[in-house]
Amino acid sequence: MSPTTPTSPILRVEQLGCERDERILFRDLAFQACAGEIWQVAGANGTGKTTLLRILAGLHGFHDGRVRWQVPGARHASAHDQILFLGHLAGLREELTAQENLRWLCALHDQPAAMIPAALSAVGLAGYDDAPVATMSAGQKRRVALARLWLPGKAVWILDEPFTAIDATGVEMIEQRLRKQAAAGTLVIYTSHHRLATDTRQIHLGGQGA
Amino acid sequence: MSVFAATLRRELLLGLRTPAEIINPLFFFVVVVSLFPLALTPSPETLRLLAPGVVWVAALLAVMLSLDSLFRRDEECGALEQLLVAPGELYLPVLARLCAHWLLTGLPLVLVAPLLGYMTYLPVEVLDTLWQSLLLGTPALTVIGAIGAALTVSVRRGGILLALLVLPLYVPVLVFGAGSVGRALDGMEVSSVLAVLGAILALAVSLGPFAVALGLRISSGD
Repeated sequence: MSPTTPTSPILRVEQLGCERDERILFRDLAFQACAGEIWQVAGANGTGKTTLLRILAGLHGFHDGRVRWQVPGARHASAHDQILFLGHLAGLREELTAQENLRWLCALHDQPAAMIPAALSAVGLAGYDDAPVATMSAGQKRRVALARLWLPGKAVWILDEPFTAIDATGVEMIEQRLRKQAAAGTLVIYTSHHRLATDTRQIHLGGQGA
Repeated sequence: MSVFAATLRRELLLGLRTPAEIINPLFFFVVVVSLFPLALTPSPETLRLLAPGVVWVAALLAVMLSLDSLFRRDEECGALEQLLVAPGELYLPVLARLCAHWLLTGLPLVLVAPLLGYMTYLPVEVLDTLWQSLLLGTPALTVIGAIGAALTVSVRRGGILLALLVLPLYVPVLVFGAGSVGRALDGMEVSSVLAVLGAILALAVSLGPFAVALGLRISSGD
């Protein structure tokens, strides 16, 4: 299901296959994604959604087929500098504050640390800058991780279950952010059982294939 | 802020917020060395003879014990994943991680070692060699051990595996480290042995972080 679009694809996936513990998660997966699109990876539990996202982010090297990124402005073929990957783990250390955690992630990923307070207030955590992550609820921790969606500089977002532990208003807020950013030209690939109320393309894993 | 400075700052903050991780290796080091006089003999001649080996073995084990948790916490919370998807080489952030770890766990050992040497009747002029050899040796132990820690990060309770991987690589550092103190005790010159330790350290620091980064990638890829 590769839709025809006027722009050229920035992600081409060809004959992608992955096995885990001698079980085939998916095989012959092929799709092309362009800037400004929103892709939902759907499928039952254990069908390899997270594995697919990790392969796309370059974290999982053991697979068949090819993943080719052609992101404008990327310094390497892996396009690591243009990808924002948020895994299902938040990536935050409990001992550090929201601000300290994000500052390190920003330095690591070439994102502007000066915008962290604004990003935190955008996710509804204004005033929590110096709160240790250990004192936060699960939803608040997830919001701290998602605050990076309000920092500029990435052309591709790969989000693993971004809506976990987020309340209804939060989900609405993140949906809006995804739509707005896609409209501005970001390619968004996410896994969730929640379908966005917008024009998303879907990859179904398990059963019927891609 | 540069990646190196930001990582160093983060790791030092983490270390200071969890002081047990700093104090445990130091405590282990002091306790092990203090138990030897009780178990063997309080006679100054025997203790003096054994001191270089005892202090060095205790320091080596203390460094190794501190390494099990080096990447595990970051792995459990997903921060390691964020490190691996970062653009650019992993060399600098890994080096910063190791520098911070050594400053928090290795440097205290170097600082307290002269006291333990004094306790085990090492002559005062030998104490200089003791701390100098540890100053060169413990960072090498940290870097070499980190390679094992990176490879075993996804193995739950990988402590024994880490020891099996790392101990053979620790042997040269131990031989030259304890050897330098032994030579000083015998009144021989030590600069050549310390130079070998320095060479091991230079090799470990220049190549070690690459090996650690590769180890982390291998561990996470599966």
